[in-house]
Amino acid sequence: MSHFLQDMKVGQKIDLGTFTFTADHIKRYAALYDPQPFHMDEEAAKQSHFGALCASGWQTASIWMRLYVLYSQKEAQKLEMAGQPVAEMGPGLGLKNLRWLKPVYAGDTLHYYTTIIAKRPSESRAGWGLISARNFAKNQNGVLVFECETTALLQRRTDGRSA
Amino acid sequence: MSKLYFEDFKLNAAMTYGAYPVTADEIRAFASEYDPQPMHLDDKAASKSLLGGLAASGWHTCSIMMRMIIDGFLHNAASMGSGGIDELRWVKPVRPGDMLHMRHVITGSRASQTKPDRGFVNFHFQLMNQNNELVMEQRNGIMFERRPQPAAAKDTSGEPA
Repeated sequence: MSHFLQDMKVGQKIDLGTFTFTADHIKRYAALYDPQPFHMDEEAAKQSHFGALCASGWQTASIWMRLYVLYSQKEAQKLEMAGQPVAEMGPGLGLKNLRWLKPVYAGDTLHYYTTIIAKRPSESRAGWGLISARNFAKNQNGVLVFECETTALLQRRTDGRSA
Repeated sequence: MSKLYFEDFKLNAAMTYGAYPVTADEIRAFASEYDPQPMHLDDKAASKSLLGGLAASGWHTCSIMMRMIIDGFLHNAASMGSGGIDELRWVKPVRPGDMLHMRHVITGSRASQTKPDRGFVNFHFQLMNQNNELVMEQRNGIMFERRPQPAAAKDTSGEPA
């Protein structure tokens, strides 16, 4: 649930809001998917090159997805309230240039953003398009800690209005 | 098994490992926390989506691959982490009931020019399902410690540590 491809503007910057990483949440993710000592245990993390408990890079990335989905669903609600049609979001195709630039420590609050960098109609799927975005997060000190470029399918408006 | 250091990761070496069973419960649990889209949460909505049925969030698949890499070899390696991912593609949906396995090839290896204690190894990781179909692939570098040299072989011409 989202705006349609035609209504997303290249260059548009979207503020996705903030997320605070707690020690418990970091450890819970790590126990399932990234059980390295510096994501699991404060004492072991102190001995590591990170110096303190920090989040798995994939947890940092996955929280971007959460915040983007919640943002899109809120936008879709606004459209529905206004009696407008709502686009379906399709699956992601991939990502590139993902960088974990600084550790995300327990207690850090990240501010996530998305900038739309490209869009085009899909050649193989009628009614769909590809939308590319640069996504990033800064910590409470304004330091960039995470960035990546994603490409995903997004429904196009087929009511004849184009943009 | 002795610990793996930078020197143990040889160019073009390949490795196959892991058997990860994917369940609908795990797909929904991950999605509800990290990717709450109907195509990852609800069978009916998923069957009407482009995925054509319940499928894991791509970020869940990334997380599963991370776990398989750790269990496959990284738990036993002197890893110093990864700075990022050069490229990743979600090729096919990951479904409940899938049994996933991993394959990787080492595509590059270089010692750090500035830090003599470490080196960088480039991997091409491929995640496959039970039909040997590629579901996701990823290219990235991982930093490893270099193997500590025995005292007798140490270069004694340099500065004291």
